[in-house]
Amino acid sequence: MAKIVVVTSGKGGVGKTTTAASFATGLAARGHKTAVVDFDVGLRNLDLIMGVERRVVFDFVNVIHGEATLKQALIKDKQFENLSILAASQTRDKDALTAAGVERVLDELAAEFEYVVCDSPAGIERGAHLAMYFADEALVVTNPEVSSVRDSDRVLGLLASKTRRAERGDGKVREHLVLTRYNPARVAKGEMLSVDDVKEILAIPLLGVIPESQAVLTCSNAGVPVIREENADAGLAYQDLVARFLGEERPHRFLDQKKGLFSKLFGG
Amino acid sequence: MALNIDWLKLFRGERRTSAQLAKDRLMVAVAIQRAELAGKSQVPPYLQKMREEIVTVVRKYVQVPDEAVQFSLQRDRGLEVLELNITLPEHAA
Repeated sequence: MAKIVVVTSGKGGVGKTTTAASFATGLAARGHKTAVVDFDVGLRNLDLIMGVERRVVFDFVNVIHGEATLKQALIKDKQFENLSILAASQTRDKDALTAAGVERVLDELAAEFEYVVCDSPAGIERGAHLAMYFADEALVVTNPEVSSVRDSDRVLGLLASKTRRAERGDGKVREHLVLTRYNPARVAKGEMLSVDDVKEILAIPLLGVIPESQAVLTCSNAGVPVIREENADAGLAYQDLVARFLGEERPHRFLDQKKGLFSKLFGG
Repeated sequence: MALNIDWLKLFRGERRTSAQLAKDRLMVAVAIQRAELAGKSQVPPYLQKMREEIVTVVRKYVQVPDEAVQFSLQRDRGLEVLELNITLPEHAA
């Protein structure tokens, strides 16, 4: 039985797409057949982060409307052949995604893949609602910053009430906290909420902490999910996150500031 | 003694970091948000049963299909409105 995992946050710009791309790539790299779906209709970005923007012919909405088959619309990753990407449509029609259409496509994906990763748009409107509605598990991406944490708490409320599992009484959507853009040096100086602060407020299990990293930008520039960057802390942190998701015990490696890193980053 | 406590408070206040300020504000904001949402989504458990009983009573006199019965509960600043809307068929049996 395939698992549907939504990557969500409420707030925009916190690293949902970066996380969805790296998470899906990591699952595939570990041998799991994975599809990653962009739910941000009108503002698609996952294709760029995955480096497949020039290979998009058909998209999610085309499949929902029966203008293309799922097979035609899925883009196979060049690095991992068990990884496929379904791009969002650039239509401006807000109602392009229908609950029945999304359900049909997800069912079809679930028949073929082990994991279906849904990259949610920001906000709590239709696209975000449908991205989380059919989920079994949720990665709640949060920055250590007040507005992001409050929005994540709002999204947790929705996961507990506005999902198929909640409505059917099928048990909770399993929630995982992913704290991104973490800066241990600023936490040490008392300038940034710590991972313990955020855990205490949101009260969900921590899956991973992704340190603030220049590699995230350079990887997105190149269209390579940052998890493939083995020389960057952020890439290694995503690898740990995927391992933990799959049940491995891994210590959190990037919560404290490494000696020398500070001077490497800021010392010119 | 009182002077000591004040000093202590002042001392603590000075040492309160930006992150602690953020955490304190968030704790309050999140608590308020959860309370508001809990209030809105709270549907009394008897509501569904009451709806069924009302429809049963109506059907003693008029045959109405399920979709002709609309039931809603709205809350606004402490005021609750229970709305029951039954569309009667044109040719009542």
